[in-house]
Amino acid sequence: MSVLPLLVALPFLAIPLVALGLRARPGAAPLPALLPLGLFLALLSLPLGAAFTSERIPSLGLETSFRLDGLSRLMALLITGIGAGIFLYASAYLKGHPALHRFLAVLTLFMGAMLGAVLADDLFSLFVFWELTSLASFMLIGFDHERAAARKAAQQGLMVTVAGGLAMLAGFLLLAAAAGTTRISLILAQAESISAHPFAPWIVLLVAGGCFAKSAQWPLHFWLPNAMAAPAPVSAYLHSATMVKLGVYLLARFNPAFQEMVLWQGLLTGAGGLTMLTGALLALRERDLKRKLAWSTVVALGTLVTLIGLEEPLAATAAVVFLLVHALYKASLFLISGIVDKKAGTRDALVLRGLARAMPLTAAAAALAGLSMAGAPGFIGAFAKDLLFTVQLGVPGLLPAIALVVNAAMVVVAGVVAARPFMGRPMEADREVKEPPLAMLAPPMLLALLGLVFGLMPGLISAALIEPAAGTILGRPTGVALGEKQGDELVLLLSFAALGLGVVMYLGWSRLQPRLAGQEWLDRYGPDSAYGEVLRAVSRTAVAVTRRVQSGSLRRYLALSLLIVFGGAGLVLVLAGGLAIPWRAAPVRVEQVLLVLLIAGGAAAAALMRALFAQVMGAALVGFGAGLLFLTLGAPDLAFTQFTVEVIAVVLLVAILARLPFRALDARRANERRNDALLAGLVGAVGVAVMFAMLSVPFDARIPEWMGQAAVPEAKGRNVVNVVIVDFRALDTLGEIAVLLIAALAAAALLAKRAGRKQP
Amino acid sequence: MEILLALLFGVLLAGAVYLLLARSLPRVIVGLLLLGNAANIAILAGGRVLGTAPPLVSPGAQALAAGAANPLPQALVLTAIVISFGLTAFVMVLAWSVWKGEAVVDAEALRSAEPPALPSTDPVEAAEAEPRAEAR
Repeated sequence: MSVLPLLVALPFLAIPLVALGLRARPGAAPLPALLPLGLFLALLSLPLGAAFTSERIPSLGLETSFRLDGLSRLMALLITGIGAGIFLYASAYLKGHPALHRFLAVLTLFMGAMLGAVLADDLFSLFVFWELTSLASFMLIGFDHERAAARKAAQQGLMVTVAGGLAMLAGFLLLAAAAGTTRISLILAQAESISAHPFAPWIVLLVAGGCFAKSAQWPLHFWLPNAMAAPAPVSAYLHSATMVKLGVYLLARFNPAFQEMVLWQGLLTGAGGLTMLTGALLALRERDLKRKLAWSTVVALGTLVTLIGLEEPLAATAAVVFLLVHALYKASLFLISGIVDKKAGTRDALVLRGLARAMPLTAAAAALAGLSMAGAPGFIGAFAKDLLFTVQLGVPGLLPAIALVVNAAMVVVAGVVAARPFMGRPMEADREVKEPPLAMLAPPMLLALLGLVFGLMPGLISAALIEPAAGTILGRPTGVALGEKQGDELVLLLSFAALGLGVVMYLGWSRLQPRLAGQEWLDRYGPDSAYGEVLRAVSRTAVAVTRRVQSGSLRRYLALSLLIVFGGAGLVLVLAGGLAIPWRAAPVRVEQVLLVLLIAGGAAAAALMRALFAQVMGAALVGFGAGLLFLTLGAPDLAFTQFTVEVIAVVLLVAILARLPFRALDARRANERRNDALLAGLVGAVGVAVMFAMLSVPFDARIPEWMGQAAVPEAKGRNVVNVVIVDFRALDTLGEIAVLLIAALAAAALLAKRAGRKQP
Repeated sequence: MEILLALLFGVLLAGAVYLLLARSLPRVIVGLLLLGNAANIAILAGGRVLGTAPPLVSPGAQALAAGAANPLPQALVLTAIVISFGLTAFVMVLAWSVWKGEAVVDAEALRSAEPPALPSTDPVEAAEAEPRAEAR
């Protein structure tokens, strides 16, 4: 018995406690931070390779299984470790907010879903947790639900990630069919047969599609900056450090199975490269701190996806190191941007100046995180940069050039977000700017400091975290320790070139930004506006279809339904060769022919006579004629019932009609009448054709024969029809009585309502 | 015989549809009457004309003799006759109630549930009327 399921279950169990407890005592808001902290410590103490499986529905192959390996441990530690800081920060950031308990409860739900997703060793458990994170993200982006922008962003994020999730589910189904199991570790163990399977290209496309949507890869990158409508702790936690990494995590998880496929490599490096470039350009253009950071997160996610798609073994190590580095500095910077927003009242990078004097500690944390982001020596970011350039230089093509430009852009973002707001003369603020409370300052400070600590002492995490995780991505040990010098002189040169270019661009950024912002076509043409167009088109189509189909005209509803049902049946009959004329039939007697003619004449009179009473008489002719026809066909019971019912019906009809304006003649126009007659002719003809087709099928007389034999010995009745009604099909009769009763009750209610309304 | 019944079914069905499509509610009711009869004929024909003697087991015999009619469709039609009568009666009350309440018998004029000139509930217009992304 492993503790893994317990670790996943704990956050879910804690949700009601957090929600109800904090609603009663909002002052206890910092307490929930103990949950991720405890989980973090528990995860640290767990050995690698711990696994747990329990079969839920063996006949369907459904099971719950969890597994802790290098990659999932890194992710789980990030989720709980950063989570502890986020919970603490949020308790101060949203202090006094009336919905703080809801916020922390959803955050707890999110953490549980994330832990489940990274620890799951079963495709479908993974999918469920994956979708849960999308839902939690929806609720958190839309936390400030009174703002239209927040609702819109929440909906957009949900639509994009859930659409991707559906694609991924399809991919998982194919993968499970190809592998014969849903256990991820078993699937990865048969990597070679999977990548050679005919389903493999589809699996790659569908699963990668889901991951791209989640991890904001081009062209699905647009939802992430809009998600910045969420409070700062959400942006730091979900939309930079953990949830958006889930797509990267899954790509890394399946990399051992697909890494040899050209499609996999091309797809990942292509989408990743485009994402990096797009993100870098838009990051330079943005002046809102949070959105700027979001674009740089897009860049980082593109970098990670590219690294996973590269064949070079060192790329796995680079991906893991960069993932960790990015989570540390980006979460820290997001939290700092939240502090700045809260204290200075704006997030506009062109306005913010000179905050360092008022908030030196925040400035110090920002500087540490920014230096790690820029890849300054001594910080763990330097290792990441070194590895990145080494890997990317080894790839022929455009990648080194892209890497240079993108890294320079990241230096600019680091400068604008981490340095620029704190330097220079203090800006004029409408409030007194001061340091935030400790609960808000400690988390970003700690995260930023870790970047320095790990940079100075890489041995702390190399063997424990980085190597096992990279080995999981690669499917074999990497043999690369963090801190070993990887690059040659060329890498060093490229690194300095990126830094230099970045510094130059940073110095000119306040002049560059307005020019880029002036390029309005970037807003007008792009996936974001395409998304809006698609949504509007869907609404328009729905409105147009509704207006056409739901016209409110009974005639049109009826005509459409008849046309579709009978036209469709006729079409099927013609296409499937069902047209037939039954030749073997019972003989006809003269009186039967006369009766049929009488009934047909009655029907024609009912349909065509102009006076309503003549029509009623025609209908009565049909009813009584049918009764007589039943008599000649050996059905006296039917005949007598028919006569009784017909008398009552005609009397009722006449009684009702006497109260209605029965002179109201057919109000249809001539062309309406013609169309209706055509439709009626079609329906009648198809009805005859269907009857003919049915009569052409040989008759199976076993049921009537059995009824004839069983009536006396089993039901003690000699009238077989009666026996059928009260015995063989008694339940049917009960239903019939119920229907009659309901009709009578409804009619009585209607009449009572009318009678009641007359009285004042 | 079955062929004749099938043709009769077609005639009744066509007549019923023609009446059901009429605007005037009394005509629709007459159409329903025809439709019920059409359905009964169809069920009866579907059970084939196995014989023309009533399906009664003669005294002393233990089973139905050959040449008796098929009892199953008869039982079904018996149910159908009563149900279609219940339906017709209810629709008559409904029509009368509509006449009392709305003073119309024209089905096209009954637009309380779906008024023809509904105020614009176009979701696109509604969404555009909303203030746009004020956070930008």
